[in-house]
Amino acid sequence: MKKRIRLGEFLIEKGIAAVSFASLGAIVLIFLFVFREAAPILTMHGDTLGGGHESISSSGDASGTGAAETYGDPVGEAESYGDPEPVGQPETYGDDPGPIGQPETYGEPESDSASAQAAAAHDSTEAMPTESVATAEVEPSEAPTKPGTVLEQILGKDWQPVGDHPKFGIPPLFAGSLKVALIAILIGAPVGILSALFTSTFAPRWAKELMKPVIEIMAGFPSVVIGFFALTILASLVQNLFGLDYRLNALVGGIAMSLAVIPLIYTLSEDSLNAIPKHYTEGSLAMGATLWETNIRVVLPAAIPGIFAAVLLGLGRAVGETMIVLMATGNAALLSPSLVEPVRTISASIGAEMAEVVFGDPHYVMLFVLGTLLFAFSFTLNAIAEIFIRQRLSAKFGGAT
Amino acid sequence: MTENIKIRAGKLNLQYGQKHALRDIDLDIEKNRVTALIGPSGCGKSTFLRCLNRMNDLIDSARIQGRVEIDGTDIYGKDVDPVLLRRKVGMIFQKSNPFPKSIYENIAYGPRIHGVKDKRTLDQIVEKSLRGAALWDEVKDDLAKSGLALSGGQQQRLCIARAIAVDPEVLLMDEPASALDPIATAKIEELIWQLKENYTIVIVTHSMHQASRVSDTTAFFYMGEMVETGPTQKIFTSPSQKRTEDYITGRFG
Repeated sequence: MKKRIRLGEFLIEKGIAAVSFASLGAIVLIFLFVFREAAPILTMHGDTLGGGHESISSSGDASGTGAAETYGDPVGEAESYGDPEPVGQPETYGDDPGPIGQPETYGEPESDSASAQAAAAHDSTEAMPTESVATAEVEPSEAPTKPGTVLEQILGKDWQPVGDHPKFGIPPLFAGSLKVALIAILIGAPVGILSALFTSTFAPRWAKELMKPVIEIMAGFPSVVIGFFALTILASLVQNLFGLDYRLNALVGGIAMSLAVIPLIYTLSEDSLNAIPKHYTEGSLAMGATLWETNIRVVLPAAIPGIFAAVLLGLGRAVGETMIVLMATGNAALLSPSLVEPVRTISASIGAEMAEVVFGDPHYVMLFVLGTLLFAFSFTLNAIAEIFIRQRLSAKFGGAT
Repeated sequence: MTENIKIRAGKLNLQYGQKHALRDIDLDIEKNRVTALIGPSGCGKSTFLRCLNRMNDLIDSARIQGRVEIDGTDIYGKDVDPVLLRRKVGMIFQKSNPFPKSIYENIAYGPRIHGVKDKRTLDQIVEKSLRGAALWDEVKDDLAKSGLALSGGQQQRLCIARAIAVDPEVLLMDEPASALDPIATAKIEELIWQLKENYTIVIVTHSMHQASRVSDTTAFFYMGEMVETGPTQKIFTSPSQKRTEDYITGRFG
């Protein structure tokens, strides 16, 4: 009866704990990374964002030297990014021809600090006029299209991240994501839930054994394959069927996306339907209910919290999924109520543009803002699902043993 | 005597795949009486009970031969709808199984699926059934509470209330008190006494004391056979079969 040290068990236990905490840590780190890259938007000024995007080379300079330096020290950062439009920003990223001096000054450490001081001075005294006049002189055309504040810009109607005057309006992307996700859910949820109901209750055994694995294999389809299928076959099919103007549009994307969402909703719904104890079914049947009445009035309601969670998780997948929408939706950032026009989703924008963007560039920051938005969206969905399930469960099974 | 027979099983055989669960069961069950089925585990008494409202239909591998007549009709006849049969023959299970709904909804469920829509009628049925199951006084103030929030004994009485809400003629009880404490058991047994005025009751029980307390007639099952049946008094005092006597005196089982 002496106490024994079980070293193997102890190590394995600790190892498992370490691994699970590592996964938790990884998720937190990913979020921190995305948020950190998106954070400059908070201090960024309107002109930095939309005030004329230069050729790649000069902004490359800026990010390579100036940005790196300013990132280093908080003061400089605040000054160079935070301070008002006319001073730092248009100079840094802005007008090509006019302030030829600026990128250069950024390159030189002394003048960098000098300009920073100057900027601070300008800042405090509001002594912009001279500078802004200068800017206006250099580029008169910019005056009328002068970008608004950061908030105004990101709520704008256009997403045109590349060009002399980039526009970073999120609404068209958000609408695109929403359209595709809603179509996917409107198709995927009924199909997934009804198939789950069929296999878990009505189906004879052979059908059950056939359907469940097949649908679950669908969950393993690489989304690029679904996207390819949508691009080559589904798009033509849908276009011919409905006589659409555009071959690739939100509808095609949504239908293709539903192929990715159905297995998820099916599997989770099926699990929650199967978790309903068989004695509910027996009790209902013993009262002279038909199998149909039993399943619809007893089994399905009891499984509703799980099914609801399945739909929300499906929605999360539909919003976050990238490859399918990238390939099947046409990728035009149009803000329109039509479901049969091309759309560009948040995830597709990140996927398509991240490879071309310059590190530290406003565009780069905006892509991370989009990422944060996606993250926040799916987090909210999951939180709602969780809360809803808890409440439903406690209301229903309150005091249950 | 014959007109008083509610259920008559004749040469009833049931096989689960290779297993011969019931062999040539002949048993008459009298109207408005409590019939107890006793016997060791696995002797087929629950299986027999489930034959009486065709719950065994749900098991794919079960094959049934022979006759079960209720009021003279063979319930395994080709034109018998098991759904309608089960309205007439209600069942209460070993494990209380209220639906995850409110108390009210639990009881209104049966009448609703049978087409009662009027709220007032439903209210009346709910009250009547709860009174019938001796539960009304305990739950009348929180009918909206979840049925699962009740205690084990209350849940079982809720299931009885639910079963009588559809106005059956026969109540089958599969060890209704086996998961309950003595006080809850006493309440259920008392309830069974009251219920037999209106219903024909068949009860499966592991407890011979319970059988002797609640039943009028007792049938002893052993190894898939119905060994002996007779008035409870007689079975427990002077059984004619050796096996019955051995079981009742506790020599096996």
